[in-house]
Amino acid sequence: MGSLTGLLFAGGLGFMLLAVASGLDFGAPPMLIGTEIQAHAPQQTGAANIVTSVVLGYRAIDTLGELSILFASAVSAGLVLGRRHTTAGTQTKGGFILQSGGSLLFPLMMTIGFYIIFHGHLTPGGGFQGGVILAAAFFLPLLARPGARLHHKSLSLIEGFAGASFILIGLFAMLEGKAFLQPMLIQDTLGQLVSAGTLPLLYLAVGLKVGAELASLLSRLIQTEAPQ
Amino acid sequence: MISAVTPELILHITAIGLIAIGLAGVVLSSHLFRMVLALVIAEAGANLMLVLAGYRWDAVAPILTSRAEPAAMVDPVPQALVLTAIVIGVGIQALAVSILIRIRQRYATLDRKEAAERMDAEIAATLGAPRDISQEAPLGERPLPPLPADQINMRGDSP
Repeated sequence: MGSLTGLLFAGGLGFMLLAVASGLDFGAPPMLIGTEIQAHAPQQTGAANIVTSVVLGYRAIDTLGELSILFASAVSAGLVLGRRHTTAGTQTKGGFILQSGGSLLFPLMMTIGFYIIFHGHLTPGGGFQGGVILAAAFFLPLLARPGARLHHKSLSLIEGFAGASFILIGLFAMLEGKAFLQPMLIQDTLGQLVSAGTLPLLYLAVGLKVGAELASLLSRLIQTEAPQ
Repeated sequence: MISAVTPELILHITAIGLIAIGLAGVVLSSHLFRMVLALVIAEAGANLMLVLAGYRWDAVAPILTSRAEPAAMVDPVPQALVLTAIVIGVGIQALAVSILIRIRQRYATLDRKEAAERMDAEIAATLGAPRDISQEAPLGERPLPPLPADQINMRGDSP
């Protein structure tokens, strides 16, 4: 009975969404804000990647809220998991190839992560994607050596510093008489690495915050994994 | 309604199908980890649907490659929304998985009904009450028996 209700619910919801979607004019979205942003974003923010100028320029406060959601989930996961159990030594270490592979990949993944963060205003990518790669770079050696530990204190220091600098950059814009988190220091060098004013700095802060948060979250998960 | 099979129909059916599969999995599955996985599938469908909402025909990704303005670019706003939604999704999944780890450590099972059963039993044992108690009835005895009517009268109007 319960499964029949569930199937009916899922099917009915799918049918409703399909009916709504069939009424949409596919390929010609009715929202005008997208074209407006495309027309004015290069002059107003100086970023070649318009998604970046939406994320960090037009919707920067949303991004701040989203960062705080991520922070809240990381904090509550730490709260749920509590103090980590000492499982070091109970898990078997990875083999030679796994360990050296993890060590070899670490600098390469750091490089790629920072490359993606620094080019977030020019190419597809940015702080969120690069931050996840940074977290993976820190997580890989942990998978190869289960006994190893991440330095939680320095991770939370990086995270707090990055979050504070995101807000501080926004406050500096207010000091200059602009709105909170409004892009500043825009030069007319569209497409250069040093362009788009404060947007790359904001993305660097986002990348460091996301990377540190996810790395500490993953290491906490792996350290509480072993059964008691 | 749609008459022929077009690319847009296939894409919409894919997105909606992912959402429906995910919700059906959340409702139907009895294993908690599978519920989390089904939630992830539903989230992927929702993200795909958001991206589809900003699509334009013959349009490129919203990134300027040269000074000359290209003909058409897809709507950047849904893409920015999805970008943040994916990261939030990862945070939510990590939180859900950590709660699952705790449940498994405490009740040694991830089956939904079994875990709920053991949780009920534990709560009842902590309260010292029988299992199937009423939601409305007070737990245990009343703290004081009600006073007889004459005593109340005596206390009320004695000079």
